[in-house]
Amino acid sequence: MRKKSFRPDVDAPAWKGGYSPYDIIKEGTIALVVILVLTLIMAVVFGSPDEKAITVKTWSNADPIDFATTALSELNGTSVSAAYGAPYNNTPGASQTMGPLKLEQWVGVRIPINSAKDFVISPLKSLPDQPVLDQQLKTWSAASTATKNTWLKSYAKASTNMKIVKGQVVINATNAGPVPVMINDLTQMARSGALDQALVTGHGFYTTDYTKPLLFLADSQYLGDLAQKQHLTGEQWGMMNETGSYPGQAWLWLYTFWYQIPPFNSSSSGDALVFATMGVLSLLLLFVPFIPGLRSVPRKLKIYRLIWREHYREIEKV
Amino acid sequence: MSTSEIDRQWTTRLRRRVEGKLPPEKLLPDTQPTYVSSWIYVFGIATMCSLGVVIGTGCILALRGPQWWHGSDYGHFINSMHLWSVEIFFFCMVIHLWGKFAMAAWRGGRALTWMTGVVTFLVSIGAGFTGYVSQSNFDSQWISTQAKDGINSTGAGAYFNVLNMGQMLMWHIVLLPLGAIVLTGMHVLMVRIKGVVPPFEEEAETEVAQ
Amino acid sequence: MAFLLSFAALVPLNNLGHYVQWHFLEISVANLMVIVLMIITFVVALLAPFPGRRRRKENR
Repeated sequence: MRKKSFRPDVDAPAWKGGYSPYDIIKEGTIALVVILVLTLIMAVVFGSPDEKAITVKTWSNADPIDFATTALSELNGTSVSAAYGAPYNNTPGASQTMGPLKLEQWVGVRIPINSAKDFVISPLKSLPDQPVLDQQLKTWSAASTATKNTWLKSYAKASTNMKIVKGQVVINATNAGPVPVMINDLTQMARSGALDQALVTGHGFYTTDYTKPLLFLADSQYLGDLAQKQHLTGEQWGMMNETGSYPGQAWLWLYTFWYQIPPFNSSSSGDALVFATMGVLSLLLLFVPFIPGLRSVPRKLKIYRLIWREHYREIEKV
Repeated sequence: MSTSEIDRQWTTRLRRRVEGKLPPEKLLPDTQPTYVSSWIYVFGIATMCSLGVVIGTGCILALRGPQWWHGSDYGHFINSMHLWSVEIFFFCMVIHLWGKFAMAAWRGGRALTWMTGVVTFLVSIGAGFTGYVSQSNFDSQWISTQAKDGINSTGAGAYFNVLNMGQMLMWHIVLLPLGAIVLTGMHVLMVRIKGVVPPFEEEAETEVAQ
Repeated sequence: MAFLLSFAALVPLNNLGHYVQWHFLEISVANLMVIVLMIITFVVALLAPFPGRRRRKENR
Protein backbone atom coordinates (compact mmCIF):
# COMPACT_ATOMS: atom_id res chain seq x y z
CA MET A 1 0.00 0.00 0.00
CA ARG A 2 1.30 3.38 -1.04
CA LYS A 3 0.88 6.45 1.13
CA LYS A 4 -0.77 9.42 -0.47
CA SER A 5 -2.99 12.12 0.87
CA PHE A 6 -6.44 10.76 1.54
CA ARG A 7 -9.33 12.71 0.01
CA PRO A 8 -12.31 11.88 2.23
CA ASP A 9 -14.92 12.73 -0.42
CA VAL A 10 -13.19 10.76 -3.16
CA ASP A 11 -11.41 7.85 -1.53
CA ALA A 12 -12.93 5.20 0.65
CA PRO A 13 -11.06 3.59 3.51
CA ALA A 14 -10.34 -0.11 3.12
CA TRP A 15 -12.75 -2.17 5.20
CA LYS A 16 -10.92 -4.04 7.91
CA GLY A 17 -13.94 -4.90 10.02
CA GLY A 18 -16.16 -7.94 10.14
CA TYR A 19 -18.77 -9.45 7.89
CA SER A 20 -22.23 -10.71 8.66
CA PRO A 21 -24.34 -13.29 6.81
CA TYR A 22 -26.41 -11.92 3.99
CA ASP A 23 -28.86 -13.85 1.82
CA ILE A 24 -29.14 -11.76 -1.34
CA ILE A 25 -31.57 -14.12 -3.09
CA LYS A 26 -33.90 -14.31 -0.10
CA GLU A 27 -33.89 -10.52 0.36
CA GLY A 28 -34.52 -9.99 -3.35
CA THR A 29 -37.44 -12.40 -3.30
CA ILE A 30 -38.96 -10.75 -0.24
CA ALA A 31 -38.56 -7.33 -1.87
CA LEU A 32 -40.25 -8.52 -5.08
CA VAL A 33 -43.18 -9.99 -3.18
CA VAL A 34 -43.60 -6.82 -1.10
CA ILE A 35 -43.54 -4.58 -4.19
CA LEU A 36 -45.94 -6.85 -6.07
CA VAL A 37 -48.40 -6.91 -3.17
CA LEU A 38 -48.16 -3.12 -2.75
CA THR A 39 -48.82 -2.66 -6.48
CA LEU A 40 -51.80 -5.01 -6.36
CA ILE A 41 -53.24 -3.19 -3.35
CA MET A 42 -52.88 0.24 -4.98
CA ALA A 43 -54.38 -1.04 -8.26
CA VAL A 44 -57.30 -2.69 -6.48
CA VAL A 45 -58.01 0.29 -4.26
CA PHE A 46 -57.43 3.23 -6.58
CA GLY A 47 -57.44 1.91 -10.17
CA SER A 48 -56.08 4.29 -12.77
CA PRO A 49 -57.40 7.25 -14.75
CA ASP A 50 -58.47 7.02 -18.38
CA GLU A 51 -60.13 10.26 -19.40
CA LYS A 52 -61.40 9.63 -22.91
CA ALA A 53 -59.52 11.32 -25.73
CA ILE A 54 -61.36 14.19 -27.36
CA THR A 55 -61.84 14.25 -31.10
CA VAL A 56 -62.36 17.06 -33.56
CA LYS A 57 -65.90 15.71 -33.75
CA THR A 58 -66.57 16.04 -30.02
CA TRP A 59 -64.90 19.46 -29.93
CA SER A 60 -66.85 20.87 -32.91
CA ASN A 61 -70.14 19.55 -31.56
CA ALA A 62 -69.49 20.77 -28.02
CA ASP A 63 -68.32 24.22 -29.08
CA PRO A 64 -68.89 24.85 -32.81
CA ILE A 65 -68.09 28.55 -32.51
CA ASP A 66 -64.70 27.81 -30.99
CA PHE A 67 -64.11 25.34 -33.78
CA ALA A 68 -65.09 27.82 -36.53
CA THR A 69 -62.97 30.55 -34.93
CA THR A 70 -59.99 28.20 -34.68
CA ALA A 71 -60.49 27.13 -38.32
CA LEU A 72 -60.42 30.81 -39.30
CA SER A 73 -57.17 31.29 -37.35
CA GLU A 74 -55.65 28.39 -39.30
CA LEU A 75 -56.77 29.95 -42.56
CA ASN A 76 -55.55 33.48 -41.79
CA GLY A 77 -52.35 32.33 -40.11
CA THR A 78 -53.03 33.71 -36.62
CA SER A 79 -53.19 30.36 -34.81
CA VAL A 80 -50.33 29.15 -32.60
CA SER A 81 -49.36 26.37 -35.00
CA ALA A 82 -49.62 28.61 -38.09
CA ALA A 83 -47.03 31.00 -36.65
CA TYR A 84 -45.08 28.40 -34.65
CA GLY A 85 -41.77 28.48 -36.50
CA ALA A 86 -39.42 25.49 -36.61
CA PRO A 87 -39.83 22.55 -36.80
CA TYR A 88 -43.29 23.15 -38.36
CA ASN A 89 -42.91 26.25 -40.51
CA ASN A 90 -40.82 29.30 -41.25
CA THR A 91 -41.97 32.19 -39.12
CA PRO A 92 -39.31 34.84 -38.65
CA GLY A 93 -38.51 35.47 -35.01
CA ALA A 94 -40.79 32.70 -33.69
CA SER A 95 -38.02 30.27 -32.73
CA GLN A 96 -36.83 30.02 -29.14
CA THR A 97 -33.17 30.56 -28.36
CA MET A 98 -30.74 29.62 -25.60
CA GLY A 99 -28.68 32.80 -25.63
CA PRO A 100 -26.59 32.54 -28.81
CA LEU A 101 -27.81 28.99 -29.47
CA LYS A 102 -30.67 29.08 -31.96
CA LEU A 103 -31.16 25.33 -31.90
CA GLU A 104 -34.78 25.38 -33.00
CA GLN A 105 -33.96 27.58 -35.98
CA TRP A 106 -30.79 25.69 -36.91
CA VAL A 107 -32.61 22.39 -37.07
CA GLY A 108 -35.13 23.98 -39.39
CA VAL A 109 -38.49 22.86 -40.73
CA ARG A 110 -38.53 19.06 -40.41
CA ILE A 111 -42.24 18.43 -39.87
CA PRO A 112 -43.75 20.88 -42.37
CA ILE A 113 -47.17 22.19 -41.37
CA ASN A 114 -49.05 24.68 -43.51
CA SER A 115 -52.07 25.38 -41.32
CA ALA A 116 -54.32 26.81 -44.04
CA LYS A 117 -53.58 24.02 -46.47
CA ASP A 118 -53.27 21.08 -44.05
CA PHE A 119 -56.11 21.91 -41.67
CA VAL A 120 -58.64 23.64 -43.96
CA ILE A 121 -58.12 23.46 -47.70
CA SER A 122 -56.88 19.89 -48.22
CA PRO A 123 -59.58 18.33 -45.99
CA LEU A 124 -62.25 20.36 -47.81
CA LYS A 125 -60.87 19.23 -51.16
CA SER A 126 -61.16 15.61 -50.05
CA LEU A 127 -64.96 15.89 -49.77
CA PRO A 128 -66.66 14.25 -52.79
CA ASP A 129 -69.49 15.73 -54.86
CA GLN A 130 -69.62 19.25 -53.44
CA PRO A 131 -70.17 21.46 -56.50
CA VAL A 132 -70.74 24.70 -54.53
CA LEU A 133 -67.74 24.11 -52.30
CA ASP A 134 -65.55 23.10 -55.24
CA GLN A 135 -66.41 26.33 -57.03
CA GLN A 136 -65.60 28.37 -53.94
CA LEU A 137 -62.30 26.54 -53.46
CA LYS A 138 -61.39 27.32 -57.06
CA THR A 139 -62.19 30.99 -56.46
CA TRP A 140 -60.00 30.85 -53.35
CA SER A 141 -56.99 29.38 -55.06
CA ALA A 142 -57.30 31.74 -58.03
CA ALA A 143 -57.38 34.84 -55.81
CA SER A 144 -54.33 36.98 -55.08
CA THR A 145 -52.90 37.12 -51.57
CA ALA A 146 -54.20 40.68 -51.19
CA THR A 147 -57.75 39.62 -52.11
CA LYS A 148 -57.58 36.64 -49.74
CA ASN A 149 -56.44 38.96 -46.96
CA THR A 150 -59.35 41.32 -47.60
CA TRP A 151 -61.83 38.41 -47.43
CA LEU A 152 -60.25 37.06 -44.27
CA LYS A 153 -60.25 40.48 -42.61
CA SER A 154 -63.94 41.01 -43.39
CA TYR A 155 -64.78 37.56 -42.05
CA ALA A 156 -62.67 37.98 -38.94
CA LYS A 157 -64.32 41.33 -38.21
CA ALA A 158 -67.79 39.84 -38.51
CA SER A 159 -66.85 36.66 -36.60
CA THR A 160 -67.38 38.32 -33.21
CA ASN A 161 -71.12 37.98 -33.92
CA MET A 162 -70.89 34.43 -35.25
CA LYS A 163 -73.87 32.22 -34.44
CA ILE A 164 -74.75 28.60 -34.90
CA VAL A 165 -78.25 28.17 -36.26
CA LYS A 166 -79.49 24.63 -36.88
CA GLY A 167 -75.92 23.44 -36.97
CA GLN A 168 -74.87 25.98 -39.60
CA VAL A 169 -72.30 28.72 -39.02
CA VAL A 170 -74.21 31.97 -39.54
CA ILE A 171 -72.19 35.11 -40.00
CA ASN A 172 -73.04 38.48 -41.40
CA ALA A 173 -69.88 39.11 -43.38
CA THR A 174 -69.82 41.19 -46.54
CA ASN A 175 -67.01 40.91 -49.04
CA ALA A 176 -65.66 37.73 -47.45
CA GLY A 177 -65.50 35.82 -50.75
CA PRO A 178 -65.51 32.03 -50.32
CA VAL A 179 -64.47 32.15 -46.66
CA PRO A 180 -68.00 31.73 -45.14
CA VAL A 181 -68.66 28.62 -47.24
CA MET A 182 -65.23 27.18 -46.46
CA ILE A 183 -65.53 27.70 -42.70
CA ASN A 184 -69.12 26.43 -42.58
CA ASP A 185 -68.35 23.35 -44.66
CA LEU A 186 -65.28 22.56 -42.58
CA THR A 187 -67.42 22.86 -39.44
CA GLN A 188 -69.98 20.45 -40.92
CA MET A 189 -67.17 18.11 -41.90
CA ALA A 190 -65.76 18.29 -38.36
CA ARG A 191 -69.14 17.65 -36.73
CA SER A 192 -69.66 14.56 -38.85
CA GLY A 193 -66.30 13.10 -37.80
CA ALA A 194 -64.92 13.19 -41.33
CA LEU A 195 -62.30 15.82 -40.47
CA ASP A 196 -60.72 13.58 -37.79
CA GLN A 197 -60.15 10.97 -40.45
CA ALA A 198 -58.96 13.46 -43.07
CA LEU A 199 -56.36 14.91 -40.69
CA VAL A 200 -55.03 11.53 -39.57
CA THR A 201 -54.86 9.89 -42.97
CA GLY A 202 -52.72 12.63 -44.44
CA HIS A 203 -49.97 10.00 -44.64
CA GLY A 204 -52.05 7.23 -46.18
CA PHE A 205 -54.16 4.37 -44.90
CA TYR A 206 -51.95 3.11 -42.07
CA THR A 207 -50.70 5.73 -39.69
CA THR A 208 -49.77 6.21 -36.09
CA ASP A 209 -48.86 9.87 -36.48
CA TYR A 210 -51.30 12.32 -34.89
CA THR A 211 -49.22 15.47 -35.36
CA LYS A 212 -51.81 17.30 -37.46
CA PRO A 213 -54.99 16.65 -35.47
CA LEU A 214 -53.13 17.30 -32.21
CA LEU A 215 -51.74 20.61 -33.43
CA PHE A 216 -55.21 21.61 -34.63
CA LEU A 217 -56.81 20.63 -31.30
CA ALA A 218 -54.10 22.45 -29.39
CA ASP A 219 -54.98 25.69 -31.21
CA SER A 220 -58.49 25.56 -29.77
CA GLN A 221 -59.81 27.20 -26.66
CA TYR A 222 -61.72 23.99 -25.90
CA LEU A 223 -58.72 21.75 -25.14
CA GLY A 224 -57.13 24.39 -22.91
CA ASP A 225 -60.37 24.89 -20.98
CA LEU A 226 -60.69 21.16 -20.30
CA ALA A 227 -57.06 21.04 -19.15
CA GLN A 228 -57.56 24.10 -16.94
CA LYS A 229 -60.44 22.32 -15.20
CA GLN A 230 -58.15 19.34 -14.53
CA HIS A 231 -55.34 21.61 -13.28
CA LEU A 232 -53.05 20.54 -16.10
CA THR A 233 -51.91 23.87 -17.53
CA GLY A 234 -48.36 25.13 -17.18
CA GLU A 235 -49.28 27.92 -14.74
CA GLN A 236 -51.02 25.35 -12.56
CA TRP A 237 -47.82 23.27 -12.27
CA GLY A 238 -49.71 20.95 -14.59
CA MET A 239 -46.63 19.08 -15.76
CA MET A 240 -46.67 17.03 -12.57
CA ASN A 241 -50.45 16.65 -12.37
CA GLU A 242 -52.72 13.87 -13.52
CA THR A 243 -56.39 13.89 -14.51
CA GLY A 244 -58.80 13.33 -11.61
CA SER A 245 -57.14 13.21 -8.22
CA TYR A 246 -54.44 10.68 -9.04
CA PRO A 247 -50.82 11.48 -8.32
CA GLY A 248 -48.93 12.40 -11.47
CA GLN A 249 -45.32 12.74 -12.51
CA ALA A 250 -44.28 14.28 -9.19
CA TRP A 251 -40.66 13.73 -10.19
CA LEU A 252 -41.07 16.58 -12.70
CA TRP A 253 -41.53 19.11 -9.88
CA LEU A 254 -38.32 20.94 -10.67
CA TYR A 255 -39.11 21.24 -14.41
CA THR A 256 -42.50 22.75 -13.72
CA PHE A 257 -41.15 24.92 -10.87
CA TRP A 258 -39.00 27.00 -13.23
CA TYR A 259 -42.02 27.86 -15.36
CA GLN A 260 -43.54 29.72 -12.38
CA ILE A 261 -40.75 32.23 -11.79
CA PRO A 262 -38.95 34.95 -13.77
CA PRO A 263 -37.17 35.07 -16.12
CA PHE A 264 -38.61 31.76 -17.34
CA ASN A 265 -42.29 32.72 -17.09
CA SER A 266 -41.83 36.03 -18.88
CA SER A 267 -39.28 35.14 -21.57
CA SER A 268 -40.40 34.31 -25.11
CA SER A 269 -37.75 31.58 -24.93
CA GLY A 270 -39.03 30.26 -21.60
CA ASP A 271 -39.07 26.61 -22.68
CA ALA A 272 -35.53 26.79 -24.02
CA LEU A 273 -34.31 28.42 -20.80
CA VAL A 274 -36.02 25.82 -18.60
CA PHE A 275 -34.57 22.96 -20.62
CA ALA A 276 -31.10 24.51 -20.59
CA THR A 277 -31.32 24.99 -16.81
CA MET A 278 -32.47 21.42 -16.27
CA GLY A 279 -29.72 20.21 -18.60
CA VAL A 280 -27.09 21.98 -16.51
CA LEU A 281 -28.60 20.70 -13.24
CA SER A 282 -28.70 17.14 -14.59
CA LEU A 283 -25.02 17.41 -15.53
CA LEU A 284 -24.26 18.69 -12.02
CA LEU A 285 -26.03 15.66 -10.52
CA LEU A 286 -24.19 13.36 -12.91
CA PHE A 287 -20.78 14.81 -12.04
CA VAL A 288 -21.29 15.26 -8.28
CA PRO A 289 -18.38 12.86 -7.56
CA PHE A 290 -15.99 15.21 -9.38
CA ILE A 291 -17.23 18.61 -8.23
CA PRO A 292 -15.24 19.94 -5.24
CA GLY A 293 -17.54 21.45 -2.65
CA LEU A 294 -20.63 19.66 -3.90
CA ARG A 295 -19.11 16.25 -3.19
CA SER A 296 -18.30 17.33 0.36
CA VAL A 297 -21.93 18.07 1.16
CA PRO A 298 -22.77 14.55 2.41
CA ARG A 299 -19.78 14.53 4.78
CA LYS A 300 -20.85 17.89 6.21
CA LEU A 301 -24.56 16.99 6.35
CA LYS A 302 -23.63 14.06 8.63
CA ILE A 303 -26.75 12.06 7.72
CA TYR A 304 -24.31 9.18 7.23
CA ARG A 305 -23.82 9.09 11.00
CA LEU A 306 -27.42 7.92 11.29
CA ILE A 307 -27.03 5.28 8.57
CA TRP A 308 -23.85 3.84 10.02
CA ARG A 309 -24.61 4.60 13.69
CA GLU A 310 -23.99 1.00 14.76
CA HIS A 311 -20.61 1.03 13.07
CA TYR A 312 -19.56 4.27 14.79
CA ARG A 313 -20.89 2.98 18.13
CA GLU A 314 -18.68 -0.12 17.79
CA ILE A 315 -15.65 2.07 17.00
CA GLU A 316 -16.32 4.26 20.03
CA LYS A 317 -16.50 1.14 22.22
CA VAL A 318 -13.03 0.16 21.00
CA MET B 1 -0.26 -20.64 -33.50
CA SER B 2 2.31 -19.13 -31.16
CA THR B 3 1.50 -18.12 -27.63
CA SER B 4 2.25 -14.49 -28.41
CA GLU B 5 -0.22 -14.57 -31.24
CA ILE B 6 -2.87 -15.88 -28.89
CA ASP B 7 -1.87 -13.23 -26.36
CA ARG B 8 -2.48 -10.51 -28.93
CA GLN B 9 -5.98 -11.69 -29.81
CA TRP B 10 -8.79 -9.29 -28.92
CA THR B 11 -10.73 -12.14 -27.37
CA THR B 12 -7.83 -13.17 -25.15
CA ARG B 13 -7.16 -9.61 -24.09
CA LEU B 14 -10.80 -9.00 -23.24
CA ARG B 15 -11.01 -12.27 -21.29
CA ARG B 16 -7.90 -11.43 -19.28
CA ARG B 17 -9.20 -7.95 -18.52
CA VAL B 18 -12.51 -9.13 -17.09
CA GLU B 19 -11.14 -12.34 -15.55
CA GLY B 20 -11.48 -12.37 -11.81
CA LYS B 21 -13.39 -9.09 -11.68
CA LEU B 22 -16.61 -10.76 -10.70
CA PRO B 23 -16.04 -14.12 -9.03
CA PRO B 24 -19.25 -15.94 -8.00
CA GLU B 25 -18.83 -14.97 -4.36
CA LYS B 26 -18.98 -11.31 -5.38
CA LEU B 27 -21.86 -11.74 -7.82
CA LEU B 28 -23.93 -13.68 -5.30
CA PRO B 29 -22.42 -12.81 -1.94
CA ASP B 30 -23.41 -14.63 1.23
CA THR B 31 -21.96 -12.03 3.57
CA GLN B 32 -21.93 -8.25 3.76
CA PRO B 33 -19.62 -5.94 5.74
CA THR B 34 -21.15 -5.33 9.16
CA TYR B 35 -21.76 -1.63 8.41
CA VAL B 36 -24.43 -2.63 5.87
CA SER B 37 -27.14 -2.48 8.49
CA SER B 38 -29.85 0.06 7.77
CA TRP B 39 -33.26 0.12 6.10
CA ILE B 40 -31.88 2.64 3.62
CA TYR B 41 -30.11 -0.23 1.86
CA VAL B 42 -33.39 -1.86 0.79
CA PHE B 43 -34.39 0.93 -1.60
CA GLY B 44 -31.98 -0.11 -4.35
CA ILE B 45 -33.39 -3.63 -4.55
CA ALA B 46 -36.92 -2.22 -4.09
CA THR B 47 -36.35 0.03 -7.13
CA MET B 48 -35.19 -2.97 -9.16
CA CYS B 49 -38.17 -5.05 -8.10
CA SER B 50 -40.56 -2.23 -9.03
CA LEU B 51 -38.83 -2.04 -12.40
CA GLY B 52 -39.51 -5.76 -12.72
CA VAL B 53 -43.22 -5.24 -11.99
CA VAL B 54 -43.34 -2.27 -14.39
CA ILE B 55 -41.85 -4.41 -17.15
CA GLY B 56 -43.99 -7.43 -16.33
CA THR B 57 -47.24 -5.46 -16.42
CA GLY B 58 -46.01 -3.64 -19.53
CA CYS B 59 -45.46 -7.00 -21.22
CA ILE B 60 -49.02 -8.07 -20.38
CA LEU B 61 -50.31 -4.80 -21.85
CA ALA B 62 -48.20 -5.44 -24.95
CA LEU B 63 -49.80 -8.85 -25.51
CA ARG B 64 -53.08 -7.33 -26.63
CA GLY B 65 -51.84 -4.05 -28.09
CA PRO B 66 -52.05 -0.38 -27.19
CA GLN B 67 -55.85 0.06 -27.36
CA TRP B 68 -56.81 -3.00 -25.33
CA TRP B 69 -56.81 -1.41 -21.89
CA HIS B 70 -59.39 1.22 -22.86
CA GLY B 71 -62.09 -1.36 -23.45
CA SER B 72 -61.33 -4.25 -21.12
CA ASP B 73 -61.70 -4.37 -17.32
CA TYR B 74 -58.83 -6.79 -17.18
CA GLY B 75 -56.71 -4.54 -19.38
CA HIS B 76 -57.58 -1.52 -17.27
CA PHE B 77 -56.60 -3.40 -14.13
CA ILE B 78 -53.22 -4.27 -15.62
CA ASN B 79 -52.85 -0.62 -16.59
CA SER B 80 -53.56 0.32 -12.96
CA MET B 81 -50.81 -2.04 -11.84
CA HIS B 82 -48.50 -0.56 -14.46
CA LEU B 83 -49.22 2.97 -13.20
CA TRP B 84 -48.81 2.18 -9.51
CA SER B 85 -45.64 0.18 -10.03
CA VAL B 86 -44.24 3.23 -11.84
CA GLU B 87 -45.19 5.45 -8.90
CA ILE B 88 -43.55 2.98 -6.50
CA PHE B 89 -40.51 2.73 -8.80
CA PHE B 90 -39.84 6.48 -8.72
CA PHE B 91 -40.69 6.61 -5.01
CA CYS B 92 -38.02 4.02 -4.21
CA MET B 93 -35.53 5.34 -6.74
CA VAL B 94 -35.57 8.86 -5.31
CA ILE B 95 -35.15 7.59 -1.74
CA HIS B 96 -32.29 5.38 -3.00
CA LEU B 97 -30.74 8.49 -4.58
CA TRP B 98 -31.06 10.50 -1.35
CA GLY B 99 -29.57 7.63 0.63
CA LYS B 100 -26.61 7.12 -1.70
CA PHE B 101 -25.96 10.86 -1.75
CA ALA B 102 -25.97 10.92 2.06
CA MET B 103 -23.38 8.12 2.03
CA ALA B 104 -21.29 9.79 -0.71
CA ALA B 105 -21.47 6.38 -2.32
CA TRP B 106 -19.19 7.42 -5.19
CA ARG B 107 -16.12 7.18 -2.95
CA GLY B 108 -13.45 4.57 -3.51
CA GLY B 109 -13.62 4.34 -7.30
CA ARG B 110 -17.40 4.11 -7.43
CA ALA B 111 -17.99 7.30 -9.48
CA LEU B 112 -19.14 5.31 -12.50
CA THR B 113 -21.66 3.47 -10.34
CA TRP B 114 -23.11 6.82 -9.25
CA MET B 115 -23.14 8.09 -12.83
CA THR B 116 -24.91 5.05 -14.29
CA GLY B 117 -27.47 5.48 -11.51
CA VAL B 118 -28.07 9.12 -12.46
CA VAL B 119 -28.36 8.24 -16.16
CA THR B 120 -30.81 5.45 -15.30
CA PHE B 121 -32.87 8.03 -13.39
CA LEU B 122 -32.92 10.37 -16.41
CA VAL B 123 -33.72 7.54 -18.85
CA SER B 124 -36.54 6.43 -16.52
CA ILE B 125 -38.00 9.94 -16.58
CA GLY B 126 -37.97 9.69 -20.38
CA ALA B 127 -39.54 6.24 -20.24
CA GLY B 128 -42.24 7.52 -17.89
CA PHE B 129 -42.90 10.55 -20.07
CA THR B 130 -43.22 8.54 -23.29
CA GLY B 131 -45.62 6.25 -21.41
CA TYR B 132 -47.80 9.19 -20.46
CA VAL B 133 -47.95 10.39 -24.08
CA SER B 134 -48.65 6.84 -25.36
CA GLN B 135 -51.80 6.40 -23.26
CA SER B 136 -53.99 7.48 -26.20
CA ASN B 137 -56.45 9.36 -23.97
CA PHE B 138 -57.12 12.97 -23.00
CA ASP B 139 -54.12 13.03 -20.69
CA SER B 140 -51.76 12.06 -23.50
CA GLN B 141 -53.34 14.59 -25.86
CA TRP B 142 -52.73 17.39 -23.39
CA ILE B 143 -49.27 16.26 -22.26
CA SER B 144 -47.97 15.80 -25.80
CA THR B 145 -49.26 19.14 -27.10
CA GLN B 146 -47.69 20.88 -24.09
CA ALA B 147 -44.41 18.99 -24.03
CA LYS B 148 -43.76 19.59 -27.71
CA ASP B 149 -42.87 23.23 -26.96
CA GLY B 150 -40.14 22.31 -24.49
CA ILE B 151 -38.67 19.60 -26.69
CA ASN B 152 -38.94 21.71 -29.85
CA SER B 153 -37.08 24.54 -28.08
CA THR B 154 -34.02 22.29 -27.82
CA GLY B 155 -34.17 21.42 -31.51
CA ALA B 156 -34.81 17.76 -30.65
CA GLY B 157 -38.51 18.03 -31.46
CA ALA B 158 -37.72 17.86 -35.15
CA TYR B 159 -36.59 14.25 -34.70
CA PHE B 160 -38.31 13.25 -31.45
CA ASN B 161 -41.89 14.16 -32.34
CA VAL B 162 -44.04 13.78 -29.22
CA LEU B 163 -47.19 14.19 -31.35
CA ASN B 164 -46.30 11.04 -33.29
CA MET B 165 -47.96 8.41 -31.13
CA GLY B 166 -46.35 5.49 -32.97
CA GLN B 167 -42.88 6.90 -32.46
CA MET B 168 -43.52 7.61 -28.76
CA LEU B 169 -44.91 4.11 -28.20
CA MET B 170 -41.81 2.57 -29.79
CA TRP B 171 -39.55 4.63 -27.56
CA HIS B 172 -41.69 3.68 -24.58
CA ILE B 173 -41.81 -0.05 -25.13
CA VAL B 174 -38.49 -0.74 -26.88
CA LEU B 175 -35.73 1.84 -26.74
CA LEU B 176 -36.09 3.39 -23.29
CA PRO B 177 -36.85 0.14 -21.39
CA LEU B 178 -33.87 -1.42 -23.12
CA GLY B 179 -31.76 1.52 -21.95
CA ALA B 180 -33.15 1.31 -18.42
CA ILE B 181 -32.57 -2.45 -18.19
CA VAL B 182 -29.02 -2.33 -19.59
CA LEU B 183 -28.10 0.61 -17.37
CA THR B 184 -29.60 -1.06 -14.29
CA GLY B 185 -27.65 -4.21 -15.12
CA MET B 186 -24.40 -2.27 -15.42
CA HIS B 187 -25.18 -0.36 -12.22
CA VAL B 188 -25.81 -3.54 -10.24
CA LEU B 189 -22.73 -5.31 -11.65
CA MET B 190 -20.59 -2.35 -10.64
CA VAL B 191 -22.04 -2.44 -7.14
CA ARG B 192 -21.24 -6.16 -6.96
CA ILE B 193 -17.68 -5.67 -8.29
CA LYS B 194 -16.82 -2.74 -6.02
CA GLY B 195 -18.91 -3.72 -3.02
CA VAL B 196 -20.96 -1.38 -0.85
CA VAL B 197 -19.18 1.86 0.02
CA PRO B 198 -17.57 1.79 3.51
CA PRO B 199 -18.40 4.44 6.12
CA PHE B 200 -16.48 7.72 6.31
CA GLU B 201 -13.43 7.50 8.52
CA GLU B 202 -13.54 10.30 10.96
CA GLU B 203 -9.78 10.86 11.15
CA ALA B 204 -8.31 13.25 8.61
CA GLU B 205 -5.46 11.12 7.37
CA THR B 206 -5.85 7.50 6.40
CA GLU B 207 -4.13 5.12 4.12
CA VAL B 208 -5.71 4.89 0.73
CA ALA B 209 -6.85 1.46 -0.28
CA GLN B 210 -5.12 0.47 -3.48
CA MET C 1 -57.59 -12.57 -11.14
CA ALA C 2 -61.37 -12.36 -11.58
CA PHE C 3 -61.58 -12.09 -7.82
CA LEU C 4 -59.25 -9.08 -7.84
CA LEU C 5 -61.09 -7.54 -10.77
CA SER C 6 -64.36 -7.61 -8.90
CA PHE C 7 -62.72 -5.25 -6.40
CA ALA C 8 -60.87 -3.09 -8.96
CA ALA C 9 -60.80 0.61 -8.15
CA LEU C 10 -62.63 0.46 -4.82
CA VAL C 11 -61.88 4.15 -4.35
CA PRO C 12 -61.51 5.52 -7.88
CA LEU C 13 -59.84 8.92 -7.96
CA ASN C 14 -61.64 10.17 -11.05
CA ASN C 15 -63.32 13.14 -9.40
CA LEU C 16 -61.56 16.50 -9.78
CA GLY C 17 -58.55 16.77 -7.52
CA HIS C 18 -57.84 19.10 -4.63
CA TYR C 19 -54.94 21.51 -4.76
CA VAL C 20 -52.85 23.29 -2.18
CA GLN C 21 -51.70 26.79 -3.02
CA TRP C 22 -49.13 28.89 -1.21
CA HIS C 23 -47.98 32.06 -2.99
CA PHE C 24 -46.88 30.80 -6.40
CA LEU C 25 -46.47 27.22 -5.23
CA GLU C 26 -49.29 24.91 -6.24
CA ILE C 27 -49.49 21.17 -5.83
CA SER C 28 -52.19 18.54 -5.99
CA VAL C 29 -53.03 16.86 -2.71
CA ALA C 30 -52.20 13.49 -4.30
CA ASN C 31 -48.69 14.59 -5.32
CA LEU C 32 -48.17 16.27 -1.96
CA MET C 33 -49.09 13.04 -0.21
CA VAL C 34 -46.63 11.11 -2.37
CA ILE C 35 -43.82 13.55 -1.59
CA VAL C 36 -44.59 13.75 2.14
CA LEU C 37 -44.76 9.96 2.26
CA MET C 38 -41.37 9.80 0.53
CA ILE C 39 -39.80 12.10 3.10
CA ILE C 40 -41.38 10.16 5.98
CA THR C 41 -40.17 6.87 4.48
CA PHE C 42 -36.66 8.28 4.10
CA VAL C 43 -36.55 9.48 7.68
CA VAL C 44 -37.98 6.20 8.99
CA ALA C 45 -35.43 4.27 6.92
CA LEU C 46 -32.66 6.28 8.58
CA LEU C 47 -33.97 5.99 12.12
CA ALA C 48 -35.71 2.63 12.36
CA PRO C 49 -33.56 -0.06 13.93
CA PHE C 50 -32.52 -2.64 11.36
CA PRO C 51 -33.01 -6.22 12.51
CA GLY C 52 -29.57 -7.19 13.82
CA ARG C 53 -27.54 -9.74 11.94
CA ARG C 54 -25.39 -12.27 13.65
CA ARG C 55 -21.90 -10.87 13.67
CA ARG C 56 -18.92 -12.87 12.52
CA LYS C 57 -15.77 -11.72 14.05
CA GLU C 58 -13.37 -13.14 11.53
CA ASN C 59 -12.30 -10.96 8.61
CA ARG C 60 -12.73 -12.16 5.05
